[in-house]
Amino acid sequence: MTVTLAATDVAVIGLGGVGGVAVLPLAEAGMDVVGLEAGTWLSPSDFAPDELRNNYRGWPQAAQKANREIPVHRPNASAPDSPRGSVHPMMNGVGGTTLHYWAQSWRLNPWDFRVVSETTRRYGAGRIPAGSTVEDWPFGLEELEPWYDLVEREVGVSGQAGNVNGTIDARGNIFEGPRAREYPMPPLRGTEFTELMAGAARRLGWNPFPGPAAINSETYDNRSPCLYHGFCSRGGCHVEAKNSTAVSTIPKASATGNLRIETEAHVTGIAVDGEGRASAVEYLNDGETYIQPARVVLIAGYTYENVRLLLLSTSGAFPNGLSNNAGQVGRHYMTHNQRAGVLALFPHELNRWYGLPAQGIAIDDWADDNFDHSDLDFIGGGNLWIYSDQRPIEAASMNTFGRAPRWGSQWKAFVMQNAGRWANSYLQKTTLPYEDNYLDLHSTITDPLGLPVCRVTADYKDHDRRLASYIQDRMEAWFREAGAIETVRQPIGSMVVSTHAYGGTRMGDDPETNVVDRYGFSHEVPNLGVLGASVMGTSGARNPTLTAQALAWRTAEHLVANWSTIGG
Amino acid sequence: MSAFLSRREMLKRAAAAGAATAVPHSALAQGLSDADAAEPFENLTSLHARILEAVVARLIPSDENGPGAPEAGAARFIDRALGGVFADLQSLYAAGLDALDAHARNTAGQPFAELDEDQQDAVLVDLERNAADGFTPDAASFLDVVLQHTVQGTFSDPHYGGNRDFIGWEMLGYPGLRLAVGPDEQAMDAGSQTTRLSAYDLPMFDSPDGEGDSP
Ligand SMILES: Cc1cc2nc3c(=O)[nH]c(=O)nc-3n(C[C@H](O)[C@H](O)[C@H](O)COP(=O)(O)OP(=O)(O)OC[C@H]3O[C@@H](n4cnc5c(N)ncnc54)[C@H](O)[C@@H]3O)c2cc1C
Ligand code: SF4
Repeated sequence: MTVTLAATDVAVIGLGGVGGVAVLPLAEAGMDVVGLEAGTWLSPSDFAPDELRNNYRGWPQAAQKANREIPVHRPNASAPDSPRGSVHPMMNGVGGTTLHYWAQSWRLNPWDFRVVSETTRRYGAGRIPAGSTVEDWPFGLEELEPWYDLVEREVGVSGQAGNVNGTIDARGNIFEGPRAREYPMPPLRGTEFTELMAGAARRLGWNPFPGPAAINSETYDNRSPCLYHGFCSRGGCHVEAKNSTAVSTIPKASATGNLRIETEAHVTGIAVDGEGRASAVEYLNDGETYIQPARVVLIAGYTYENVRLLLLSTSGAFPNGLSNNAGQVGRHYMTHNQRAGVLALFPHELNRWYGLPAQGIAIDDWADDNFDHSDLDFIGGGNLWIYSDQRPIEAASMNTFGRAPRWGSQWKAFVMQNAGRWANSYLQKTTLPYEDNYLDLHSTITDPLGLPVCRVTADYKDHDRRLASYIQDRMEAWFREAGAIETVRQPIGSMVVSTHAYGGTRMGDDPETNVVDRYGFSHEVPNLGVLGASVMGTSGARNPTLTAQALAWRTAEHLVANWSTIGG
Repeated sequence: MSAFLSRREMLKRAAAAGAATAVPHSALAQGLSDADAAEPFENLTSLHARILEAVVARLIPSDENGPGAPEAGAARFIDRALGGVFADLQSLYAAGLDALDAHARNTAGQPFAELDEDQQDAVLVDLERNAADGFTPDAASFLDVVLQHTVQGTFSDPHYGGNRDFIGWEMLGYPGLRLAVGPDEQAMDAGSQTTRLSAYDLPMFDSPDGEGDSP
């Protein structure tokens, strides 16, 4: 049986990192908003400090939607599918993946918006790698700054500013673009280990600073400060110190009385009317099919699902998928060049047993275009990050640095001595979009509903590999300066399913090469908006969520300001 | 069964040999072994259980540095998970343990559990090098799976049946769960007192048993 519901102003598909932000300005403006979320509410009692459950068993969630539709990867169009993962990194729940993310909350740097023009200006157009489809964003950092500022306050971000209205503060990131004011909270505290690393960076002439995080360093909006107890690298926070949208923007939106949240609502498609406008969202709940008519539809299901929902929503007007008459849905896909890390062994205890991944020190000297690339064979760079967070299974699975076998008595003796003496690093590096890296639907593999899963066809290019190797050199030097006695470089791997998936519904002025316009609305379907990193045309060298949230807020505000044209 | 017990006796003797440094550990090992013998495995056959116990005992041995996977209950952790989150790995385990035992008989002339430690290690090294037949997809992948699960069973929250008596966490020098951690406890040489707590000793957290935990 199909139930057709009363029409609403705006239907938002997914109440995660970005949908959970967009509902606030909409509800505050008095719109009638329905949030359709595949997951359920989770509560502090679900967020036990339990490494096995959080990091190995797909973590607590009542609705296992993501895990039943894990995208399938292949490195290129003629290669076989890679082995499929068994746990999807993303979350189904009110708050989405911000429930269990690391909460590093970065703004992009100015260069990330202008990769093509800045590279051309400084080094010549020939430096854009062959085959890359990269474009400048339709606007610069200054356009997004007010929304970054808003989200930092509404969600709650701690950090140390490095550039307030052009005044550089060396305690923060001296390479960041100008911001209107300080962060609403001071940065998370450091540890003796992070201080050791900061000192080593200074000796190298670099500029270490504490990274920004959507984690409370002090009481914020009546929520607890962080207690630094750990286990939240893939776990929720039982004291609500981690500012997921489930504890920040969504409750504020609900309080207006204008947001109706439907949990366990699994959206399967978007319908269009005779004029090619989005008219309704179809979803399943407990075996029943519901049609939710809406004047405006915002998709916010994370990159893979954003693309998949569009491609699954075919109609007479859009035979190749919604908003895909220009063939751009799924194109310009990239993930962060997040792997290719460096591990280090020290001759003394580091005590990273407590803390959290956002409690660390960043180096931006080798990111973006913060250094001269004249004599280098790549553009872009990497953000170097070290932090205090380690759990027992992870520690016991440590790399043995060629000093011990992987098991047996010698292994045991090694681990007993060194489990507390090693460190990893998180090196996020610029990735560019390429013609042959894309998302589409798999031809045979489906979810339990029989709908094809998303297929990822993508691999790192030589350009990405050269860049990764350069950044690993810097990280090794940093660890050595701090006293490491061994370092190991981790492989780059292929461009597999990622927590930082960009593109697929790129934002830009040209409808021939972009799915959404500069405000996040479809070039082909005027009342359809797309939220999330799927609209981002460059990756930057830092985590995506704050940028995706700022863009989402901006899209929602644009809708409010232009309701009569977009929703009319 | 006699092979099983004699293997256990050997382990106890090995533990006792390290008595100078590990008196409490060897006593502990003995106590737990007795408890083990009483409880039947839930999902593995007794033959497979015997092989698996012998394997985990070589992966993370009980030795002069103290107890290992046997005392932590890693094999029982795996057995229990095979009835739940690892349910779809049941046939992988059954076939893999059979193939491992067959390789032991072929190369050393005896079932794996009856070989001496060096012979057992040689069998496991063969698996690691993919120099053993009869595994799907291959021997090294099977060993990887067992190794990962042995590590999980030795070092996860004791709630899941492994890491008994916090043996694993003590082995690593991990000072245990704390719900609030001050700056001093994050110093490099903090040497914080060990807490010996399972997350589910804390009443504020719901136990993860039941539906929804496995993908
Ligand atoms: C372990 C981990 C650590 C991370 N750390 C960081 C970090 O430190 N900093 C950072 O910036 N980013 C981080 N990320 C990435 C971050 O989580 C994402 O960028 C962010 O959550 C994306 O927001 P989103 O709303 O697009 O997707 P999500 O937050 O995943 O939300 C999507 C929501 O949509 C729902 N949904 C999906 N499909 C449907 C459907 N068909 N019908 C109904 N509902 C649907 C889902 O249930 C989900 O709740 C991390 C991710 C992981 C996994
Ligand atoms: S370390 Fe901080 S953010 Fe993480 S769960 Fe504990 S209190 Fe919450």
